Amino acid sequence: MPTFVYMTRCDGCGQCVDICPSDIMHMDSVVRRAYNIEPNMCWECYSCVKACPHNAIDVRGYADFAPLGHSVRVQRDEEKGVIAWRIIFRNGEKDMTLLAPITTKPWGQAIPQLADEAEPSQEMRDSQHLYNEPKYIRLDDGGLHTLESNGLKLKEGVYY
Amino acid sequence: MAFKTIIEDGIDILVAGAGLGGTGAAFEARYWGKDKKIVIAEKANIDRSGAVAQGLYAINCYMGTRFGENNPEDHVRYARIDLMGMVREDLLFDMARHVDSTVHQFEEWGLPLMRNPKTGAYQREGRWQIMIHGESYKPIVAEAAKKSADKVFNRICVTHLLMDESKPNRVAGAVGFNVRTGNYHVFKSKAVIVAAGGASNIYKPRSVGEGAGRVWYAPWSSGSAYGLLIGAGAKMTQMENRIVLARFKDGYGPVGAYFLHLKTYTQNCNGEEYESNWWPQLQEMVGKEYLDPEASHRTHRPIPTCLRNHALINEVNAGRGPIHMITMEAFQDPHLEEIGWHNFLGMTVGQAVLWAATDVDPKNENPELTTSEPYVMGSHATGCGAWCSGPEDISPPEYFWGYNRMTTVEGLFGAGDAAGGTPHAFSSGSFTEGRLAAKAACKYIDDGKAEGIRVTDEQIERRRAEIYKPMEHYRVYRNEITAGSVNPNYINPRQGLDRLQKLMDEYCGGVTVSYMTNEKLLNIGLKKMKIFEEDLEKIAAENIHELLRAWELKHRHLTSEAVMQHTLFRKETRWPGYYYRGDVMKVDDENWHVLTVSRRDPETGEYTMEKAPCYHLVEA
Ligand SMILES: Cc1cc2nc3c(=O)[nH]c(=O)nc-3n(C[C@H](O)[C@H](O)[C@H](O)COP(=O)(O)OP(=O)(O)OC[C@H]3O[C@@H](n4cnc5c(N)ncnc54)[C@H](O)[C@@H]3O)c2cc1C
Ligand code: SF4
Ligand code: SF4
Repeated sequence: MPTFVYMTRCDGCGQCVDICPSDIMHMDSVVRRAYNIEPNMCWECYSCVKACPHNAIDVRGYADFAPLGHSVRVQRDEEKGVIAWRIIFRNGEKDMTLLAPITTKPWGQAIPQLADEAEPSQEMRDSQHLYNEPKYIRLDDGGLHTLESNGLKLKEGVYY
Repeated sequence: MAFKTIIEDGIDILVAGAGLGGTGAAFEARYWGKDKKIVIAEKANIDRSGAVAQGLYAINCYMGTRFGENNPEDHVRYARIDLMGMVREDLLFDMARHVDSTVHQFEEWGLPLMRNPKTGAYQREGRWQIMIHGESYKPIVAEAAKKSADKVFNRICVTHLLMDESKPNRVAGAVGFNVRTGNYHVFKSKAVIVAAGGASNIYKPRSVGEGAGRVWYAPWSSGSAYGLLIGAGAKMTQMENRIVLARFKDGYGPVGAYFLHLKTYTQNCNGEEYESNWWPQLQEMVGKEYLDPEASHRTHRPIPTCLRNHALINEVNAGRGPIHMITMEAFQDPHLEEIGWHNFLGMTVGQAVLWAATDVDPKNENPELTTSEPYVMGSHATGCGAWCSGPEDISPPEYFWGYNRMTTVEGLFGAGDAAGGTPHAFSSGSFTEGRLAAKAACKYIDDGKAEGIRVTDEQIERRRAEIYKPMEHYRVYRNEITAGSVNPNYINPRQGLDRLQKLMDEYCGGVTVSYMTNEKLLNIGLKKMKIFEEDLEKIAAENIHELLRAWELKHRHLTSEAVMQHTLFRKETRWPGYYYRGDVMKVDDENWHVLTVSRRDPETGEYTMEKAPCYHLVEA
């Protein structure tokens, strides 16, 4: 495998194909459902698993070292901004549920539209500052660090 | 073949590869170049691409100047000692003085950063690391890049940079193909920022068969940041400085949070502390300057990562493996146990899968550690990458040619893994470097340096033919055989990758030889590498997906050859634990306290090697 797709759950929507960073989730032209075309280039990154709207994708650990019979399932909810995991051990002795936040703000809205910002002055352009600096470096009045401001000077290069 | 040619003209800034470095570049470019045309070409889907695709549980580079924690020079000192002295301190200082502003923005964009309830400061994992809930790190920074770019081209594998035909050694854009449609894409651009990531899978991995994708750095990290730059004739630095990582066995789960935050520690199979046993012998090899356990203890100056690897490797070779991570104590605390598991789920799910599959519960059993195969990347605890200009207010003349993070090819910039000599940038530092490169690229264009760029149809056609050659080769020779993959006229990309990995492993210090090499081995390796290059001309791709793998392999090949050339050039063992030159098993500061710089002639493939001075900005 390591990812595989349950035949009865997949409806061929293509979301996994769209997201896989390794370009290995593809549509089977006969059954019109997704599958992993190159398991030995899969990182078990779970990007496709999280993207699938029907929970049709699962992972079976790498055959070279992982015995059968375990389960690590995930649900990622963008609206609520949380991700939920369930881990079940092979021997059934451990069954864990873990929850974590994925974002604290609604998607995209907190990101500034830089095209709408005031044009940077020539002085800013000539300086070493980046956007929103120096304010964003320390969030106080402190400016950018330079060698002089920090009492440093270049020691001679070693050249053999 | 019936693939369309799609030309995107009039681009000001092309960002090739949009992981952490590329997203930072696209974002910042919009501020300094409001009217500029900014285009992203990304091999996968920008929402989940690159090393951070599955997320991270820590931001590994944050000064915390705001909380009075560290100043940039402190980070320079740290990275310098960790890399046994060999870093570009100007670039490091520059990254470190800006990185906090990057992290503060991430928090504002919605990335959940943990805070220390007592101090109100970000929750530290270690001196430089802060803890995050980072499962959605990549989608969040991707939003920022998408909002800033004029166009994002997903699923474009960039194969070559275009060169200006009116002025030598000036970049003019890039070409590649869409891995889904197969269409040929031409990007004519005044400046290019390469942030296409480091190289996994150039060495034979410990995993085999179906599991071969279980490597530490993502299997899709094809060394394109290096392949593109080397192919264009940019000078590279420190390519010998590859990294080997101590990680949980098989799963490659991260150990940082375990050591630093959960306070776990390691033991050999007899339950003994073993590291310190190796220090006296190792001190003879590297000198007191680089390994002084007593001083380290007093000043909290860390022992370089590679030297700790050395102890682990040697302890195992002495027959006292496996090395265990002692988790059973820390995991009795339910809060710490939860953090331990989240750490994997947020960035290496495969490790959680492994423990569930093998019934290893770290609360009841101490898991095994081992060292990984080597990787080539410039943003973790290694400094491989392009030889770049530094910022004007810090850099000495040898390090400065006008535009921050510009390579030795005009108009061509590097960030993240692509920029050399800047280890310990990690995710936040890579994004910051992208921002720095973008500002400089805007300036380069505003200064009129990109005027009069010319790209002829001949160049575009030549590259087109080159790109699709593996498919053409397959078409021509496929029917000479009945069925199967054994053909006297070609090898396929997987077969080629297997050959490359074996070559690098056996001749250039991979895991099966305990990271050992020498001049003789390297010379044989380089000879075989040249022959391999001839075979790469005959690589065959059955479909567009294989064409992608073919080009990834070609970038991996260029990266590997540079690693071999550099390893041969530096006649010493500078980083025991990353690799050993068996014929010169010592650090030789008298002759090799220098940065190594290479250039591959794009026409002939010949290498020229030189030494560059290693400047120190700050007292130790
Ligand atoms: C397992 C692991 C754990 C890590 N842990 C941490 C951590 O805890 N904290 C931390 O701060 N950092 C961590 N890092 C480091 C961090 O991920 C990297 O430093 C950072 O992602 C490097 O950024 P980059 O832009 O150079 O490369 P990447 O982020 O890998 O981006 C490269 C991009 O280029 C694209 N690309 C590649 N080839 C081409 C091509 N030919 N054409 C077009 N596009 C291409 C890729 O698809 C990708 O999007 C970790 C890395 C790994 C792998
Ligand atoms: S787990 Fe990741 S690499 Fe594997 S198929 Fe899914 S998205 Fe692709
Ligand atoms: S995302 Fe799920 S349902 Fe859609 S094609 Fe993939 S496996 Fe099938």
